[in-house]
Amino acid sequence: MTTHSTLAAPAAAVVPARPARRRAPRGGSKLEQRRQRWGWLFVSPFLLVFALFLIFPLFYAFGMSLFTSTLATGTKFTGIDNYLKAFSDPLFLEGLLRVAAFAVVMIPAQLIVAMAAALVLDTLVTRLASLSRLLIFAPYAIPVVIGALMWSFLYSPRFGPGATLFDLIGQPTPDFLASDTVFASLVNIVTWQWSGYYMVVIYAALRSIDPAIYEAARIDGANGWQTATRIKVPMISSSVVMVITFALIGTLQFFTEPVVLRNIAQGAIDAAYTPNMYAYSLAFSYSQFNYASAIAFSLGMLVFAGSFVFLFLTRKQSGLK
Amino acid sequence: MKSKILAASGVIAVAAAALTGCSAGEAEASCTNEITKPDATQVSVWAWYPAFEEVVDLFNENHDDVQICWTNAGQGNDEYTKFSTAVESGSGAPDVIMLESEVLSSFSIRDALVDLAEYGADDVAGDYTEGAWKDVSSGDAVYAIPVDGGPMGMLYRKDILDQYGIAVPTTWDEFAAAAQALKDAGAPGVLADFPTNGRAYNQALFAQAGSVPFVYDNADPTSIGIDVNDDGSKSVLAYWDQLVKDGLVATDDAFTADYNTKLVDGSYAIYVAAAWGPGYLGGLSDADADAEWKAAPVPQWDPANPVQINWGGSTFAVTSQAEDKEAAAVVAKEVFGTEEAWKIGIEKAALFPLWKPILESDYFRDLEYPFFGGQQINKDVFLPAAAGYTGFTFSPFQNYAYDQLTEELYAMVQGEKGSDQALDDLQASLEQYATEQGFTLQ
Repeated sequence: MTTHSTLAAPAAAVVPARPARRRAPRGGSKLEQRRQRWGWLFVSPFLLVFALFLIFPLFYAFGMSLFTSTLATGTKFTGIDNYLKAFSDPLFLEGLLRVAAFAVVMIPAQLIVAMAAALVLDTLVTRLASLSRLLIFAPYAIPVVIGALMWSFLYSPRFGPGATLFDLIGQPTPDFLASDTVFASLVNIVTWQWSGYYMVVIYAALRSIDPAIYEAARIDGANGWQTATRIKVPMISSSVVMVITFALIGTLQFFTEPVVLRNIAQGAIDAAYTPNMYAYSLAFSYSQFNYASAIAFSLGMLVFAGSFVFLFLTRKQSGLK
Repeated sequence: MKSKILAASGVIAVAAAALTGCSAGEAEASCTNEITKPDATQVSVWAWYPAFEEVVDLFNENHDDVQICWTNAGQGNDEYTKFSTAVESGSGAPDVIMLESEVLSSFSIRDALVDLAEYGADDVAGDYTEGAWKDVSSGDAVYAIPVDGGPMGMLYRKDILDQYGIAVPTTWDEFAAAAQALKDAGAPGVLADFPTNGRAYNQALFAQAGSVPFVYDNADPTSIGIDVNDDGSKSVLAYWDQLVKDGLVATDDAFTADYNTKLVDGSYAIYVAAAWGPGYLGGLSDADADAEWKAAPVPQWDPANPVQINWGGSTFAVTSQAEDKEAAAVVAKEVFGTEEAWKIGIEKAALFPLWKPILESDYFRDLEYPFFGGQQINKDVFLPAAAGYTGFTFSPFQNYAYDQLTEELYAMVQGEKGSDQALDDLQASLEQYATEQGFTLQ
């Protein structure tokens, strides 16, 4: 069994690391130091951009979030007041609950589709398999905004195929954008867009399993189903953990799809539908930049804490322990 | 993958980067139009009027010392979002900006606009009606120069009403009866739409029954009066709620692709519209080829005391980031200050002028519109509607107020609450917001 961590799963990320490890210095610490200096030099362009566009804005946003600016009375320092307000703001809390609900429904949905597709494609070796792989992956290649726009037309009672399809079975066409159906419509868009991507990640992990193991399993009398559930799935658990982490972070930051659908369903999707949308509306529609920073920062902390807890709980599966 | 990891760690970074206002910039560098006199002072302008490039070229041709550098930074909220960010970051705003009159106080309270009284605004005050001037001024201060207005009328499909033998409604009672008659006749469409996201449109309907939602004066910027649940508004909303419940009107969101198609394919027999509505209709595709449009005055509550209403209308304001405020003020005052410019505006962009020399001209009054089968819609409908307009006061957080209105109306048409309750809740949420923002309630 190969034991290299697949947390950085794509081959591209792993391959360059290997020769470096092979050439790791054994001797003199001077040489080591020189290498370190060169290392820093090579990393510096990234660090510079990282500091300029991530670290600095983070501190800037945090600084902003400590002030309160109202339309009528100007700006003053209020410390953590904005945070206290955020965590007692029903709009923010409802938004959090909503993305939590999305996480509960959307992540398993994406994972099941991705896993099933990957397992099937892994066992098939026909040309059809590679074509299917491409087709399942294709939605990920479509920009999120374009994808959401496309779906907004598909959901449209007038332009969409819904009316035609439901006419065939003699049922009235449901409104995909009503307040009680828009949740499912959004889940569908995200699952459509991201499952293919996760499928490729899982598929890559499956391909890295030594085929000798399957042979051994076959000799021991395992059938296809048993091989898949008892051998393949446990062996790619680190990739699954990574997929769930990405999906979790993506879901907590849910923004683009509801913003695009809001254009055609302003009643069903309000300005505070997800915490990110709330921060956006606060800043750019209602010019409350300080409170918006506090909301964004609070969300950031929750995402960080959430991913950290998840990675901690699954450290065994992901090989991080 | 890399982008995904970045996205993972960067939830705030994205928001924060945007918050710091990265859009600062080279307003001067990118003009949509060609500048033919490069030595003259350049004034950057954001505007989204159709056919505006011709107006800009005309201005530049006639001025040797000032040249307009025009950019279309998006329509309505898209532009306001950019402007708002530029105001917050302190740079990146244009010199002159097109703003609807309803958002003027939202920006003047943030010191984003220049008081044009110091730059000769009073010289042109006589060129505008009192109502139009009231919309852009506050006490002695003048925050913008009016451009176009939105007096309201009723555009209707004569062919559809004739087909079902329905008379053109002149009161809202007749309107409701017509809606019922159309339904009883088994027409495939409905009489009209009640968009919950109509924003200024819904506000105008309330105003017809005497609603004065906000009392606000820039001279006393921390004090505001809010009255959105008055009896007039409540009776109007109860009326529409009943029409919705009876299935006599649609509740489609306005300004979506579906809505645009329904406007012109006969799904709605009546489009209660502003004076810019004909231009909007004319720009839509998939129109019903046999459609026969006519314009009539907006229905009334009390035909003995007709009340005229207004929906939209835009202005040119000078931003406080303008380098040469004198030159910017010249642009704001003069870009739509000639008959030639207005002929482009009227014939190509379907604007309703607020500039009196053209507004009161025979040319405008007698203009025949091919879209309406040659009807003189200005004489018949929009000029009388504009004459009755006395101005309207908006809140300095109008965008928020509209968003809340949309939410409440949506809850109402979903059957979650009654019309009175919706307006009471709206009142409560606006009062709370105003207090949070440091205003004293009057």
